Amino acid sequence: MTLLEVKGLKKYFPIRKGLLRKVVGHVKAVDDVSFSVKRGETLALVGESGCGKTTVSRCIMRALDPSAGEVNFTLDGRTTDLATLDGKGLKPFRRHLQMVFQDPFSSLNPRMMVGDLIGEPLLINGMSDAAERRKRVRELLDVVQLPVEYMNRFPHAFSGGQRQRIGIARALALNPSLIVADEPVSALDVSVQAQIINLLLDLQDQLGLTYLFVAHDLSVVKHVSDRVAVMYVGQLVEIASTEDLFHRPKHPYTEALLSAVPKPDPRAKTERIILQREVADAANPPSGCAFHPRCAHATDLCKQQRPALVDLGQGHQVRCHHAHELDLKGVGSLA
Amino acid sequence: MPQTPMVDHPDHEAGRSPSATSPLLSVRGLKTYFKLDEGIVRAVDGVSFDLFAGRTLGIVGESGCGKSISARSILGIVDRPGKIEGGEIWLQQESEDSPAIDLLQLPHEGAEMRAIRGKEIALVFQEPMASFSHYYTIGNQIMEAILLHSTASDAAARARAIELLGMVGVPNPERRVDEYPFQLSGGLRQRVMMAMALACDPRILIADEPTTALDVTTQAQVLNLLQRIQKERGLSVILITHDMGVVAEMADDVVVMYLGRAVEKGPVDEIFHDPKHPYTQALLRSIPSIMAKPRTKLATIEGSIPHPFARPSGCPFHPRCPDAIKGLCDVTEPPTHALRPDRAVSCFLYGDAS
Repeated sequence: MTLLEVKGLKKYFPIRKGLLRKVVGHVKAVDDVSFSVKRGETLALVGESGCGKTTVSRCIMRALDPSAGEVNFTLDGRTTDLATLDGKGLKPFRRHLQMVFQDPFSSLNPRMMVGDLIGEPLLINGMSDAAERRKRVRELLDVVQLPVEYMNRFPHAFSGGQRQRIGIARALALNPSLIVADEPVSALDVSVQAQIINLLLDLQDQLGLTYLFVAHDLSVVKHVSDRVAVMYVGQLVEIASTEDLFHRPKHPYTEALLSAVPKPDPRAKTERIILQREVADAANPPSGCAFHPRCAHATDLCKQQRPALVDLGQGHQVRCHHAHELDLKGVGSLA
Repeated sequence: MPQTPMVDHPDHEAGRSPSATSPLLSVRGLKTYFKLDEGIVRAVDGVSFDLFAGRTLGIVGESGCGKSISARSILGIVDRPGKIEGGEIWLQQESEDSPAIDLLQLPHEGAEMRAIRGKEIALVFQEPMASFSHYYTIGNQIMEAILLHSTASDAAARARAIELLGMVGVPNPERRVDEYPFQLSGGLRQRVMMAMALACDPRILIADEPTTALDVTTQAQVLNLLQRIQKERGLSVILITHDMGVVAEMADDVVVMYLGRAVEKGPVDEIFHDPKHPYTQALLRSIPSIMAKPRTKLATIEGSIPHPFARPSGCPFHPRCPDAIKGLCDVTEPPTHALRPDRAVSCFLYGDAS
């Protein structure tokens, strides 16, 4: 059952110049992105900085207004397009979409005690009885495996991992259906990162949560997600099941991305694919396929025509003219 | 003086095995403390390691383990209130016959130390934007180092700056030399940083998390560049990172640090395939792997890294250690036990104590 369906999502930011701030162009941060997330699954949105993955998540949360496209959210069998709603119309939906942020140091108000931080969303959503709120906060602390005594402490007393647990408890307070986690573990140390990844996996099993997991670290993504969508310069270039995407990539960019991940094994003699040049500018993307200036397989067709996202079967979609002909290496094919 | 490794592991490519009989740089019992109102932070607490000519020494550890402070201590650029409280840092001089000098005996702001900084030992920082001046062109900033350490003319220094930019793969170096740091992307800034570090042809390059702020494909470019330059110039590199993947790919020898202590040392292959210290073992198990089966849980290390003021007694890792011996590990700090000249571990599970 589909919980979230994003269709033709676009977000253009105007570039203004001159005294009159005339619009001279647009940064196409998100340019025609479509995907869906089933209830209870984790879709990872991956890509390098500036690829638009965070903008997509913010458009879904309606922290940003999409320039075009639909964000269809299904609640109790009824589907609503969040992109068309105004502030008032969105309000009943807000509690069902929650966010976990990257930086556990700046995302918690330093002047609020942990109990109040986690209780705040409850209070805002009408749980006015203080005793009832405290009871729920206790439950939530338990869920994220923090001692209840922490309720009366301030965030500065906690380590990065503990803060991230507080952030997760806050996001869970209102029993949301969808959690958008934007780089939730990238600010954490390895030993703590593992704890939070496990916690997220456990919570999903216990509470039937659906995650949209925005991340750049492909190793983390491999551990948490059911499906992966790869973005490059505002567009989805490939989307597939985690297994397929990592072991049988069909887009040359995905292949390069996978090969660039340093393997924690000195014996793994992998051939890193070194991409030439830099990521294209979203304000002035190249003609045709946005990846063609860096692609080893690019042909004239790639320079002239923008490829469409085509389905290769079993939900493996790829935006490449030559997806059928190329023999690309995944992580499984490493010696 | 420490000896050269007796056993060279087979994984080494030709030309990367140690050629010198003694280390180029030898750090012995380094202690760097921060005296604060709240107490003393022992950021680096008796750390020893050796860097051999032409090799890469990886220093790994999580935040607060003291890896960056160790590097800064070598250059004598620890910010106040940090102070080097003890130890020796022996630098082999350029001509083999001259005796090694102890950098800690030189005054921090003296002419000798200034001649070493940048010229003998150069540093590449993590955050290139924060380490450049915003008000000077990158050309000016590279030229500054050249003019400081040589008698070159302005024109010659500028030509050298352009040459260096070309060498680190900055496109259109003649044009880029007059640009400001904010005009460059993160990857280019890191390349410029590297050009700046190489300006005076140093023998040792300390790279402190050089790719942490970069995207994975840009990281691959920069790591490749570092390997190429090292090969071309026979540089010795100290690579500081928290990323076990980067260490595995780049380092010849590894030092694992935890809370200011070097808990384990050895050739890279042994650290990854035969880790001795419980911390190294746990750390390696907890790394997410790109080869993992989707949706598999990770092994974790209990608890979190202690606050620097609340440093545990005895072995700093004992509260999180599955193998901790009650009445021993929580009381006494384990000594460093040398398994071989190039392999050491600080843990009671090894050596006579076991």
